[in-house]
Amino acid sequence: MSDEEDIVLSELDDEELVQQMHDDLYDGLADEVVEGTNILLERGWEPYRVLTEALVEGMRIVGIDFRDGILFVPEVLMSANSMKAGMGILKPLLAETGAPKVGKMVIGTVKGDIHDIGKNLVSMMMEGAGFEVVDIGINNPVENYLEAIEEHTPDILGMSALLTTTMPYMKVVIDTMTEKGIRNDYVVLVGGAPLNEAFADNVGADAYCRDAAVAVETAKTFMAKRQGSAAAG
Amino acid sequence: MPGNRPLPEKTMLIACGALANETLAVIERNGWDFMDVTCLPASYHNYPDKIPEAMRTKIRAAREDGYGNVVALFADCGTGGALDVVLREEGVDRIPGAHCYEFYSGSHVFDQIAEEEIGTFYLTDFLARHFDRLIIEGLGIDRHPQLLDMYFQHYKRLVYLAQVDDPELDAAAEAAAKKLNVEYKRVFTGLGPYQQFIAQYASDEPSNP
Repeated sequence: MSDEEDIVLSELDDEELVQQMHDDLYDGLADEVVEGTNILLERGWEPYRVLTEALVEGMRIVGIDFRDGILFVPEVLMSANSMKAGMGILKPLLAETGAPKVGKMVIGTVKGDIHDIGKNLVSMMMEGAGFEVVDIGINNPVENYLEAIEEHTPDILGMSALLTTTMPYMKVVIDTMTEKGIRNDYVVLVGGAPLNEAFADNVGADAYCRDAAVAVETAKTFMAKRQGSAAAG
Repeated sequence: MPGNRPLPEKTMLIACGALANETLAVIERNGWDFMDVTCLPASYHNYPDKIPEAMRTKIRAAREDGYGNVVALFADCGTGGALDVVLREEGVDRIPGAHCYEFYSGSHVFDQIAEEEIGTFYLTDFLARHFDRLIIEGLGIDRHPQLLDMYFQHYKRLVYLAQVDDPELDAAAEAAAKKLNVEYKRVFTGLGPYQQFIAQYASDEPSNP
């Protein structure tokens, strides 16, 4: 999507710049995304607006092309790196300016599994969508999940696994939550390459999320339901 | 052929492309002429959702070609059980194991290696031979070197499960470990556990894998 001739970002108007940032995100050009982020902030844009209109929207396009088989994992990761670079500038500003908080999520890869690329993508996209994310990393035994949800009291627990051999551990975590009587206090979302909806049903999760974009949409849907229930209660 | 026992049934082994050489070597070594091999692309390792239906197509083609026995030499390979669903539907046995690394080494040895160091990246002969094409190029690291750390930051060592003694492959595997910046270990597996599984279909006795 990149043009041959050099583009001077500061010479673009806001609309052109945002469009160019979408292209730069698509092409995984982190330096350009950082530059564009800084320019929009200098022009008086609220950090939350930069996040949603320039970065999140750009990644949404990347997500669609990934799902359609136009982009592949390496390209998506380069885009994600670029978004991360932009978010590195925005995050402290968002904390200062009090951006809306949609909900809170604890997320981690299950015991025996060290893969975290998908989980990290979900964390980043959830943050971009206004969720507070507590990432507890990789290789988490059930105790880590329980400690984290007790300490952080999230709305959502997310579990990730890449291996056929490790994904059954999600059931261990959910069963333990059920034994302790806390299962229904949290929305449990699961994801990872070898998973599917039937697996999520079998282990007692609330939903399977096939990619980061679906995770965000699913999380938002559950948050709306929870808020509806709370209002009705 | 001893006595009057019938010849074993014409058998099609549907293998991952990563197992092609080794499967042919086992057949040749044992003179199992009634066995043929067909493969799915090894690159499906990076796209496991393609494996189950591609396997179904191969199975049906083999049966149409008159193979009375069809066997899948394929690990679950990240399909999350979807491959086994297809194999059950088609009535085909599969070599047990989540990964090809596991059935080369045998589950017991594989579990020991994994327990020693969870952050272990595995190579077989095939993967050592094609490391650059499948891993470095396949994961886009050649185009975007900065992705190396994203993919491999939690790996601590590379274990090369060697099916044959070949100094060139040893050197390739060790070079791969250097590229990933992890410790290197070589474990010779031979083809023993793999051959044992295939041997079950080389007898006219009912198989029970």
